[in-house]
Amino acid sequence: MGEANPGGAVDHAAARDIRPAPVKLEVNGTSHTFAVEPRTTLLEALREGLGLTGTKKGCDRGECGACTVHVDGRRVLSCMTLAAMQEGKQITTIEGLEQDGELHPVQEAFIEHDGFQCGFCTSGQVMSGVAVIDEAKAGWPSAATADVRKPFTVAGLSNTEIRERMSGNLCRCACYPNIVAAVAEAAEKG
Amino acid sequence: MHPFSISVADDPGRAVAAHAQDDHLSYIAGGTDLLGLMKDGAAFPAHLLDINDLPGLAGVDATPDGGLRIGALARMSDVAANAEVRERFPVIAEGLLFAASGQLRNMASMGGNIMQRTRCSYFRDGDDPACNKRRPGSGCSALDGLNRNHAIFGWSDACVATHPSDVAVALAALEADVVVLGRAGERSIPIADFHRLPGGTPERDTVLGRGELIVAVEVRAQAEGRASHYLKVRDRQSYEFALVSVAAAVETEGRRLRSVRLAMGGVAHKPWRLTAAETALRGADLDDIGALEAAIATSFTDARPLAHNAFKADLSRRAVLRALQTAGARA
Repeated sequence: MGEANPGGAVDHAAARDIRPAPVKLEVNGTSHTFAVEPRTTLLEALREGLGLTGTKKGCDRGECGACTVHVDGRRVLSCMTLAAMQEGKQITTIEGLEQDGELHPVQEAFIEHDGFQCGFCTSGQVMSGVAVIDEAKAGWPSAATADVRKPFTVAGLSNTEIRERMSGNLCRCACYPNIVAAVAEAAEKG
Repeated sequence: MHPFSISVADDPGRAVAAHAQDDHLSYIAGGTDLLGLMKDGAAFPAHLLDINDLPGLAGVDATPDGGLRIGALARMSDVAANAEVRERFPVIAEGLLFAASGQLRNMASMGGNIMQRTRCSYFRDGDDPACNKRRPGSGCSALDGLNRNHAIFGWSDACVATHPSDVAVALAALEADVVVLGRAGERSIPIADFHRLPGGTPERDTVLGRGELIVAVEVRAQAEGRASHYLKVRDRQSYEFALVSVAAAVETEGRRLRSVRLAMGGVAHKPWRLTAAETALRGADLDDIGALEAAIATSFTDARPLAHNAFKADLSRRAVLRALQTAGARA
């Protein structure tokens, strides 16, 4: 797209160290050290560097949520951050959610409520759902919260709240009612 | 993305010095806007300086006098969840919560939020249409193009884009200061002076230059803080930029407005203060809808809608009325 050398970018970068450099990523409890180019996103490092293809590349622009992972316990978009910026961070992907062969309660709830059709968005939906419950337990309000001045508790995690909090994850099969039901059930079960 | 190098900053002074010396260096914090611009070919930094580890810039501190100092590296989600922010300045919490998505709010920094660039689709277009922000002197595709989402105030023939930040609108209503570290030390810039109108140089969004780094946003104590509200109107209910938005902060005596501050998003190249309406609303009764409407209208006599966005003036007047009523109910 555009010019071959837009903004003179290639010339300006020529004198810089653009070579791959080692980065240490702690992914699903295991430490991995491998070389990444500075421009490698966390998403690309997970999928192509470590072969963890459960995390999906959808829009690659922070608009669809398919690439959602947890960094230091918080949900983020792995397409919108660089692998080189994750040195020493604790990263959890969909592959790291099960414990000792048992699915995470949110994964169980997605199966129970049929919260997917094609499955492409599912890993991102599940990673977001897990975080939504944690955020509600921590008392975080949302745009659906009637009055942000008052304390919020997980008991207030209505379907309207879940829809708002999950709005960063798109599902083109439109499984939204079932996704909301799955997150609501997992939140109720604690 | 184009090739670039990256390093980690460990000291604010050295970060500022590096930024001053290198025209092709960009700071990166959350990266949620910058990486998008780079992927769309609208920014080409040759070097990224990762400022996330700079010490002391991520706090949200309530000051003893009732004000607030928000570190530039504080994440949107942390600021929005902060109990003092929610109680003293609900308009800030709401401005943050109505922006982006849960994932992006965990990533995006406060400094980066107010530095984000316009969502004008011509500016973001990787096929590189005429855009004076992208390529100065190339023209403005939106001026006579699809301009439904563009400005109705303060635009020039060179650029009709709007500023996309929500929380910057809330900060404008609260008359916040942007604290900037430069080579000669810190300076405070009133947020009203921080973002620019496009004029003939729309490639510059703010007054910041080389060798400057936002370190904090400061909000002074004010009676209007608690009775404040952010109202955002958009094409879908969630996870969308504003068509128009309103930050309202009021102080009342009974049902009468003693002091009103109003700022709008989605209508100009910067958060747009409705100063005429603020003056006209002083002393008005919150239950006298006709008087409120007449006072609000005084800020729209200089609106200059484009071919596709005349609806924004009507929508704005109604949104301002509702935001004012909600803020008033909190007084």
